[in-house]
Amino acid sequence: MGVLEAILLTVITAATPLVLAAIGELVVERSGVLNLGVEGMMIVGAVTGFAAANATGSPLVGVAAAALGGMVLSALFAFLILFLVANQYATGLALTLLGLGLSGMIGEAYVGTPGVRLGRIDIPVLSDIPFLGPVLFSQDILVYLSFALVAGVSWFLFRSRAGLVLRAVGDNHASAHALGFSVRRVRFAAVLFGGACAGLGGGYLSLVYTPQWIEGMTAGRGWIALALVVFASWLPGRLAVGAYLFGAVMILQFHAQAAGIGIPSQFLTMLPYLATVVVLVAISRDRTRIRLNTPATLGQPFVPDR
Amino acid sequence: MNAEARHTDTGSEAAKPANSQPTLLEARGLTKAFGDFLACDHIDFSIRRGEIHALLGENGAGKSTFVKMLYGALQPTSGEIRWKGEPVSIDNPATARRLGIGMVFQHFSLFDVLTVAENIALALAGKVGPGALAERIRTVSRDYGLPLDPMSIVADLSVGERQRVEIVRCLLQEPDLIIMDEPTSVLTPHEAEDLFRTLARLTGEGVAILYISHRLEEVKRLCHAATILRHGKVVGSCDPAGETPASLARMMVGADVREVRHREQARLDMPVRLELKHLSLPPAGPFSVPLVEIDLAVRGGEVVAIAGVAGNGQGELFDALSGERPLHDRGALVIDGHEAGRMSVGARRRLGAAFVPEERLGHAAVPGLKLSENVVLTRHGEHHVVRGGFLKGGARAIADRVVESFDVRKSHRDPEARSLSGGNLQKFVVGREIDRQPGVLVVSQPTWGVDAGASADIRQALVDLARAGSAVLVISQDLDEIFEVADRIAVVSRGRLSAPVPAATTSRDDIGLLMGGIGHGGEGASDAA
Repeated sequence: MGVLEAILLTVITAATPLVLAAIGELVVERSGVLNLGVEGMMIVGAVTGFAAANATGSPLVGVAAAALGGMVLSALFAFLILFLVANQYATGLALTLLGLGLSGMIGEAYVGTPGVRLGRIDIPVLSDIPFLGPVLFSQDILVYLSFALVAGVSWFLFRSRAGLVLRAVGDNHASAHALGFSVRRVRFAAVLFGGACAGLGGGYLSLVYTPQWIEGMTAGRGWIALALVVFASWLPGRLAVGAYLFGAVMILQFHAQAAGIGIPSQFLTMLPYLATVVVLVAISRDRTRIRLNTPATLGQPFVPDR
Repeated sequence: MNAEARHTDTGSEAAKPANSQPTLLEARGLTKAFGDFLACDHIDFSIRRGEIHALLGENGAGKSTFVKMLYGALQPTSGEIRWKGEPVSIDNPATARRLGIGMVFQHFSLFDVLTVAENIALALAGKVGPGALAERIRTVSRDYGLPLDPMSIVADLSVGERQRVEIVRCLLQEPDLIIMDEPTSVLTPHEAEDLFRTLARLTGEGVAILYISHRLEEVKRLCHAATILRHGKVVGSCDPAGETPASLARMMVGADVREVRHREQARLDMPVRLELKHLSLPPAGPFSVPLVEIDLAVRGGEVVAIAGVAGNGQGELFDALSGERPLHDRGALVIDGHEAGRMSVGARRRLGAAFVPEERLGHAAVPGLKLSENVVLTRHGEHHVVRGGFLKGGARAIADRVVESFDVRKSHRDPEARSLSGGNLQKFVVGREIDRQPGVLVVSQPTWGVDAGASADIRQALVDLARAGSAVLVISQDLDEIFEVADRIAVVSRGRLSAPVPAATTSRDDIGLLMGGIGHGGEGASDAA
């Protein structure tokens, strides 16, 4: 295996949790909801995934449990903001704090326990392609899922009727309601999807990245995922590019440390956020494009009148 | 009935539907209560096939609540709706559309970032392929004289074009009843004529139209029947062709509506108090209009009105005048001899200018603040209101005075701004500025959505202020209002301003052509050239 292949493999490993969590949040935000609880849903996904895999010995059960864990937490969020019309920003932040605390409590028993690693699946024929094979087609199921999700969400948003309804709800919830669409139902489904994706992103960390439970192991990846959605200006393709870019920066950080380059690691940790700020400034110059993709009702509460 | 013959019969009344036409929709004792308040109180109503039926009433009379119940957006508290003779329960708009009830909204229910075809697809229940849908849109828009490109993004369309999208969307659902809420309020007179032709054609095909409008001339000309609401109750019904606009207004208000009195003509020897010199402003965002080389001088003692179709730069012009968007060139705006182009809103106010923006709630007034606190917001420069950073009692006195002289109706002394009805709040925000006796007053849409009685009061106050020596600039889309108050009229179109002309020697048609004219891309363009 060449050096470049090895680097690409680590970049994909670093980027996959970001892709998973961010693609879910992209769908949530496209429906007009801002869920700042990604970090919390990820870490709960990480701990439930680890616990389920540990109890059953099956990493696949762990994957399902991770998705479920994130989803349950997001269901709480959806209930609070959609039916009790709680403030989305405050509720999302509370969700992150709740998730961090909850995961620490559940995970206490698992600290130091060896984990179960999700195995790689070689796709026949394709994995034998030189260079591309080992990088793209000899991965675990979550990586394949992340590829499929980016393509699937892109198709869903721009080619399917349900996706059109979702975008319409995000653009103008009052009109969508007037046309007879259930704004709350669409948003509930989107939030649940986002929760499941964030849970999977967390599960990737505890089942693949470092197959063990460490408290706070998401280490801010949920926030990077949130930044990514804006960075990508709510487009799935751009989101994938951004995620691998951010993944590369994170890997660079380790290599720079190992090579003893005198850049403080804190500075490299800042890079994804710095990149988001730079990109935000850059794309804000072209307001037309930003406006066309930004969900106009993002973060606004909706109460249907009856 | 010959639809074709009527189609070519430009803008005249549609023929009467035969009384033998079956009743399409009937409401019996329809009531909607919000808490203790009855928005609709036992309304009986019926409409026949092929009929254009006007629903008249002041703001807050219950028109919107009533049609929302017919369209399934609100649920009646009691009473029943019969559709083609059968009692029905319309629990949401999708049900209404399935039955054959379509609605064209006053504030368009379109999605800005989607294409025309996508917007229409959202309202159609069945699965239609994008190609087939685009074809159907083209067919319907051609048949009914509503030109549209299915692939354009709604945000790029003019207001008139957006309405066409709404209408085509409605027609594709093949409705038997179309509810139209103030359809002509955003159209040029020319576009309105096109709409009337489309309506005539539809009624010829047996479609019934429930028509809400404040424009009584139009109702008289177009509608076969009218039902009048006041305070949520039906107070009368009539054949509008046999009435005059004044008699219709009397039925709506329940009293005579005063006409604005111009006590004397504006004098032409007064000094210029507000002057715009080559005022230009780049667009603020992708969907806003740039202002191009605007020249205008308003003398003390006169009211100048700026007409124009919504979205042609009125908002931008107001922001430039009020200082919400300061200009680059300090000389582009002169207030009472002072170059004010780069001044802040507060500095312009201190020169004696006053500004009343279009949105009363959220822009002209803070919803959650009391009236007296809202007074402080625009008048904190006055010593009896604020001194040394401390609030003085003056604001309360001003609020009381405005309430008194403008007959602002409210539940108790000094309520929150949001608790006032639209018309009363509008009287308050206009009155708050007029109470200062400003040397220059710029007001945008002074009577937007305000009922006839309150409108007359506000318009009279504007004329009186001018006659007392102030320069008054009114930005409005309502031609009736403009001809009522203005001494001179200019038209804004695509960010350019026409030279002002005296109102006395100008006709509505001339203004209408200018409104649709200058390079507006629509059918109006060729006529105006």
